[in-house]
Amino acid sequence: MNSNWIKIKNNSKISLLDIPILDISDLRIEIISLCRGSVSVENGCINGFRPVGFFGKDWGRGDTRLFVVLSDDKNGVFYVSSALFKAGIREYDSITPEIPAFHIFEREFFEEFGIKPKDHPWLKPLRKNQDDYKFFEMDGEEIHQVAVGPIHAGVIEPGHFRFMCNGETVYHLEIMLGYQHRGVESLMVQRSSNRLAESICGDSVIAYNLAYSRLMETVKGISVSSKAQLIRLLALEMERAAIHIGDLGAIAGDIAYLMGTSVFGATRTLVINTMLEFSGSRFGRGLITLGGVNFDIDDDKIQRAKKTFDKVEKDVCRMVKTMLKNSSVVSRLEKTGTVSTERAAEIGLVGLAARASGLNTDSRFDFPDKYFNILNAERIHLKGTGDVNARFKIRYKEILQSFSIIGKIFDKLKEYEKEPVNCGYEVLSKENAKDVFAISVVEGWRGEVVHIAMTDGTGRLTRYKIKDPSFNNWYGLALAVRNNGVSDFPLCNKSFNLSYCGCDL
Amino acid sequence: MFDTLKSRIFQGNQFIKDIEQAPMREQFRGLPVLKNSNCDNCGRCEKICPTGALEFNPLRIDMGKCTFCGDCKNVCAKNAINFSNFYKLASSSREGLIIDERTTKELYEKTAIEVKNEIVSMFSRSLKLRQVSAGGCNGCELELNATSNVNFDMGRFGIDFVASPRHADGLVITGPVTKNMAYALEDCFLATPNPKIVILCGACAISGGVFQDSSELNREFFEKHPVDLYIPGCPVHPLTFINGVLGYIRGKKKERK
Repeated sequence: MNSNWIKIKNNSKISLLDIPILDISDLRIEIISLCRGSVSVENGCINGFRPVGFFGKDWGRGDTRLFVVLSDDKNGVFYVSSALFKAGIREYDSITPEIPAFHIFEREFFEEFGIKPKDHPWLKPLRKNQDDYKFFEMDGEEIHQVAVGPIHAGVIEPGHFRFMCNGETVYHLEIMLGYQHRGVESLMVQRSSNRLAESICGDSVIAYNLAYSRLMETVKGISVSSKAQLIRLLALEMERAAIHIGDLGAIAGDIAYLMGTSVFGATRTLVINTMLEFSGSRFGRGLITLGGVNFDIDDDKIQRAKKTFDKVEKDVCRMVKTMLKNSSVVSRLEKTGTVSTERAAEIGLVGLAARASGLNTDSRFDFPDKYFNILNAERIHLKGTGDVNARFKIRYKEILQSFSIIGKIFDKLKEYEKEPVNCGYEVLSKENAKDVFAISVVEGWRGEVVHIAMTDGTGRLTRYKIKDPSFNNWYGLALAVRNNGVSDFPLCNKSFNLSYCGCDL
Repeated sequence: MFDTLKSRIFQGNQFIKDIEQAPMREQFRGLPVLKNSNCDNCGRCEKICPTGALEFNPLRIDMGKCTFCGDCKNVCAKNAINFSNFYKLASSSREGLIIDERTTKELYEKTAIEVKNEIVSMFSRSLKLRQVSAGGCNGCELELNATSNVNFDMGRFGIDFVASPRHADGLVITGPVTKNMAYALEDCFLATPNPKIVILCGACAISGGVFQDSSELNREFFEKHPVDLYIPGCPVHPLTFINGVLGYIRGKKKERK
């Protein structure tokens, strides 16, 4: 690759001074040429690169520096470059019309730094200034609007949905978020901690805490014992299994198949109670810390967990099979809320939703670490039809995949029995490396959780950037409900189960 | 049909029969147990606490801020801080959440919730709640959803979450209340008919929790409206929630007829 980009691997750091600074028009052309292939798909792999970071940083004297991180999934590396906007420059040509996957990144950049992407087709507030939000409107005799939220009927997070309907059919859905915006990124710069990291998104506690820990360990240069690494992967897979089981229950609930809701609800409890046994919290809070994990898992607990997971696996299999034999269940799931493979690649879906649409992205396999490699896990191959049925089935397959990985981790843990699980308290106060740019990507149950950190010449943290998979995927939900009945919206929504707080930060 | 029955039979009975005496795993971090005599005033615990919930010399923990992460226990070399698995943590006063060495679980259970006769007479048999998520992390929401699953089955006590504030007897608030949610929360409160109660659920709602220093919060709601019940936790365990609400609307078992 030319000198316009610098390569970086997952969980590694580069010097901030090595990142090229391009003119924005050159950078734009570079990005478009690298990402153009992302709109075409071959055997489930997108041909080009895709954006995982596109964010600004205050560069002194009113200047703003734009950092761009592109992911090359096939080769497992990231490409980083940047552009500098002098104080007087307030606009540039938008990338979105060429590469639609950038639309939400550019909206975020505009909102945070006020530099306008010219000809952006959808430049609306993302997290702030909701009073200025102008909804897309349609005219017609039979067209009506349905407004939902921010407070929803169930016990869920706040967000506003605006449907344009013709009778029962949804023509267009617009999703306005930002209600959960707590300023997490600036809090992380002020006072970062494992506990703050795990409170960013409470359903992906392990994924977020793991991304934060790996990132800061990279920045501080801390090495973690093999045993702790395995326990972390174990927790990540347990989280995936638990939430997926809960989601199967939620999907069953939305099609009024209450037997499924009850059974999946009860089996999920078994998994999270095992997590409670391992860590003292049902969602694994307090488990991961810088330098390792806080709790050791002894053989006793492993044996008990194995027994529990065997039962859970059997229960889940039995229930899913019963459900999918039922034609009234299948008729609700199939061909509801479809996102085609091409559309998914075009708008840049990631994680579970992308896999359900037939894209083969999974950062566990695309950017594997040493410990994941020794587990010999296998990718899931599923004909991605992109409907609720596909998202239901992929969850089921991932639950089985997770349990198989968990079993292997249990076996491996025995080899490292004597190792310590953390580096002690002193490691927390270790100094950051100076002038670095570091990245960590963890495949949470929803998809890739990206954490990026930058430090200045004194080693102080100056920018902390977080990207949740929901950030990409909310737009996928909006497209999925088009031409479906408005009453199928809850079902589509649950099948994606996106995060409001992860997107709003 | 046959498969469905089979699945049902394999599940057996899942519900917890006696919710007030439900066993809890010993690893659960509930009511902290403090021991001043062990403390050598090293100050590590105060420094590592992510929310400033802890003070030493003498040791005090504000459970309204505490995330029950256990970091203070992990850094304490002298075993001065421990967490018991006692999960009935709800309190009807903010001060009640601040505990010190003298707090034992028996004492806490007896004094934390002040039972009011008018609340008992109005709500003891039916309490419909409207939950408002005001900037939380979805952790408390997951646990509140779990209160209605087949294990905890809160509905059997007449406590339910309803879809509209107009149907509700009270609000359950989670999250630190962001600027963007302040208006909706106020609106929801006004839409709930009187008499109503306000329950705060989780460290974020009670004190701002790990987000207390954020500039994106607007906690004016709590200056305007009184709060009836504080339920600490991060996130709140379903048993903590159910027992807290039951204790408030029904009183203690012995005091009941």
